[in-house]
Amino acid sequence: MDGDRSTLAGLIEACREAIAANAEHLCALDRAIGDGDHGTNMKRGCEAVYAERGELDAMPLPRALERIGMTLVMTVGGAAGPLYGTLLIEMGRRMEGGRAKDRLAHALPEAVEAVARRGRSQAGEKTLLDVLYAVQSEVLKQETPARIAAAAGMAARDTIAMKAMRGRASFLGDRSIGHMDPGACSCALLTDTICRYIGESQLA
Amino acid sequence: MKVNGAHVGIVIVSHSPLIARGTADMVRQMVGDSVPLAWCGGNADGGLGTNVGDIVEAISSAWSEAGVAVFVDLGGAETNSEMAIEMLEPARARRVLICNAPLVEGAVMAAAEASGGAALARVVATAEELSP
Ligand SMILES: [Mg+2]
Repeated sequence: MDGDRSTLAGLIEACREAIAANAEHLCALDRAIGDGDHGTNMKRGCEAVYAERGELDAMPLPRALERIGMTLVMTVGGAAGPLYGTLLIEMGRRMEGGRAKDRLAHALPEAVEAVARRGRSQAGEKTLLDVLYAVQSEVLKQETPARIAAAAGMAARDTIAMKAMRGRASFLGDRSIGHMDPGACSCALLTDTICRYIGESQLA
Repeated sequence: MKVNGAHVGIVIVSHSPLIARGTADMVRQMVGDSVPLAWCGGNADGGLGTNVGDIVEAISSAWSEAGVAVFVDLGGAETNSEMAIEMLEPARARRVLICNAPLVEGAVMAAAEASGGAALARVVATAEELSP
């Protein structure tokens, strides 16, 4: 994708559509174990990024990622804003210089660690980190976009059996078991959207 | 340390603007205008939630050279407050602390301590004594 700037606006649009189409589902998941706002929060963030897609398209990718992260921080609210924001801001900051593929493999683990620090969380605590670690491991193995997306979906489903240890869902204790974490769900959804987009642009 | 006679500022961050404002009212009732005070609550659409831009603004409005103590309710309020503090210029960010204390009791006790001229660390410690 690097160098082909026209694809970033398209990718932003695809993410916005995916979140809009699933906003109610994300809210329903959040209602079950949280405060029910994850879908509307993510939708607000995606709309704000979408509104800036023209400017973002004209920026080098690392700077665009940083800017997207900042926009998400300022608009999503809830804990998801700082978590997704930190992921993208750190990715952008660590992707300056070098080749696109090396940069991604180098930036992703560090950005995921920054998300873990921000949320004071780790793997297995029923959060979007569970999906991020799965994505990271497939990216480091240089798996295909389709495989990365599949691993993300599986990791999100694995949160169903987990007991929430972070955020409001942790107040429910054992009652959080049996529900998919909404953050893990949105993360898998966005991963799937991005991987499809990259997969299709590689075929084209 | 008391800086040029300045009192530590108090910021209240709640998911609910009603709770944030009500807590601020209780603080005012206790210490009047002797302590810089600001509150914020609600997401960008006016619903329940927290908002980094509003938190940055509240910290600026309650700014004191003696520093600012921030009181938060639930998880997202804390994470968003941390993010807001990182967006301040570093010289200011170092003088803003998030208190691990109950929102209402913490803010009122901290303000009482601040109004007596206590330093930021003392103000925060007093509020945090409330948390087991
Ligand atoms: Mg929520």
